Amino acid sequence: MRKFILDFERPVAELEEKLEELKQLSSAGQPDIAAEIGYLEAQIEKLRVHIYSNLTPWQRVQIARHPDRPRTLDYIEAIFTDFIELKGDRLFADDPAMIGGFARLDHVKAMVVGTQKGRNTKENVMRNFGMPHPEGYRKALRLMTLADKNALPIISFIDTLGAYPGIGAEERGQAAAIATNLMTMAKLSVPIIAVNIGEGGSGGALALGVADTVLMLENSYYSVISPEGCASILWRDNAKAPTAAEELGLTADKLLEHGLVDTVIKEPLGGAHRAPALVARDLKKALVAAVRRHLTKTPGELVEGRYARMRAVGSFESAEEAAEASE
Amino acid sequence: MPISEWFGKNKNDNNGEGRAEKLVIPDGVWLKCDSCGEVVFHREFERRFKVCPKCGFHAPLGALERIAHLIDLGTFNEIATGIVSCDPLDFRANKSYTEVVEAARAKTGLAEAVVCGSGEIDGRPVAFLVMDFSFIGGSMGSVVGEKVTELFEWAADMRRPVVSVCASGGARMQEGMYSLIQMAKTSAAVGRHASTGCSYISLLCHPTTGGVLASFASLADIIVAEPKALIGFTGPRVIEQTMKQKLPKGFQTAEFMLEHGQVDMIVPRADQKETIGRLIDYTTRDVG
Ligand SMILES: [Zn+2]
Repeated sequence: MRKFILDFERPVAELEEKLEELKQLSSAGQPDIAAEIGYLEAQIEKLRVHIYSNLTPWQRVQIARHPDRPRTLDYIEAIFTDFIELKGDRLFADDPAMIGGFARLDHVKAMVVGTQKGRNTKENVMRNFGMPHPEGYRKALRLMTLADKNALPIISFIDTLGAYPGIGAEERGQAAAIATNLMTMAKLSVPIIAVNIGEGGSGGALALGVADTVLMLENSYYSVISPEGCASILWRDNAKAPTAAEELGLTADKLLEHGLVDTVIKEPLGGAHRAPALVARDLKKALVAAVRRHLTKTPGELVEGRYARMRAVGSFESAEEAAEASE
Repeated sequence: MPISEWFGKNKNDNNGEGRAEKLVIPDGVWLKCDSCGEVVFHREFERRFKVCPKCGFHAPLGALERIAHLIDLGTFNEIATGIVSCDPLDFRANKSYTEVVEAARAKTGLAEAVVCGSGEIDGRPVAFLVMDFSFIGGSMGSVVGEKVTELFEWAADMRRPVVSVCASGGARMQEGMYSLIQMAKTSAAVGRHASTGCSYISLLCHPTTGGVLASFASLADIIVAEPKALIGFTGPRVIEQTMKQKLPKGFQTAEFMLEHGQVDMIVPRADQKETIGRLIDYTTRDVG
């Protein structure tokens, strides 16, 4: 199987190839190579640290989209037990780009929902590359309402480029489906924990993101618009996507800095796909802590708290202050 | 785009009747309709709130024109004022975000892309908000989100119905996630208002797309659309690029949305005030 290598990872990959050659020579009986192998290994490690410690926002977007990146179902399998998947929106269809069901988090009964990308091309076609139609959002809402009825905390996984832009999606009310999720999630009287594990693309991601705690994996991104979309509108040039990614402030660390998300979960060097079990372990810890904390609250406290959280988001100043400042 | 550009500036090329030349009409008396190309009498066009008397084309209206059109004269009181946007991301494309906002203010004379207030529609008290597409595409950033939220909260406290008039390209990119979260904030405020039992009527105008359609604009009890308005979550250009096929004729027009059950009715500008008034009547409990 060929490994998927991102452009900026190529220097490391080239050294790794060389290392492999050396190792083969060594096992073929070539003497005096051990030292060289050791040297090369050290070089590779140094280069890896250098590259991955200085990732640009655009490089993080690429890691967030990495085909080997663990998907929602991978985390459900690794973190939860006793998962029972539930399907359908009871109106039109079951949307495979959105999954959900009952599951236990460290023995606590819960509801999980999330967008689901495929783990290979065939699966991706079936999952519509993780881009839900309205029926996906309506299924998620159905399950979240069911959780509310049964006093189950909700854990939502966000990993989508966005709501699917298509004719059927528009005919069936993509905008209305997203809006209804936003309004209804604000009213649910159970804890809602959202975790962005990869791509947080615009309204289609936010439709699962109205929560009491929002977690992000280190290399996930959350954005009002895709960097490509922003580049094509504001720069009229898709090639400006890296610049747009920079300007949009879409990385986990930036959003944490602005207080727009609560916790960033570290990933191993190179991304979550390098050590999925490790990431799942840390994510589980964070989820358990968040659920425990919110389960001590009354329904009224949860709803008020969630409203206040959103109410507080905004970057503006009074007109008088602005006028004074510019004098 | 200012109205004058939509209609072209030159009124002297109306060779049809020749009357225009004879009357020595001052500049601005005649306009050329952007849709049918017919030359129409400016005052007639204005009297109809910028609807072409020849073909019925609904030209864009600014926020203040919408207030004049729908709200009883002298009853409008602006609320949720006095805040201006910051530049939280220090955003810069070809121009800085600060420059973009300043240019929009200078061009429109408005403080932001939405105007909120109290007023009356045929004597019925309402909370009213109107978006202006000429202010950065009617986009929703922190200030728009805050003002809309304040209006719904005020209306909930006052037990008033809300009437919104939208024309927006969606969330404002230059404020990044701050803008995206305004969708959740305004939607939550709509929910709180709804729980008081008061009604919400949304008028969708050309164009209403993206984050505004996917938040408060779609959450009304009754959705009215203006004829031929473009209404949709994703803009047609992006859908065409994604699907790599031509879109069906009339896709995402108000008429298309009506056919697919996404709006209640299409009401031409001439009838909007009366219709909205009657809808408020039906959705307001009779007292006593
Ligand atoms: Zn016309």
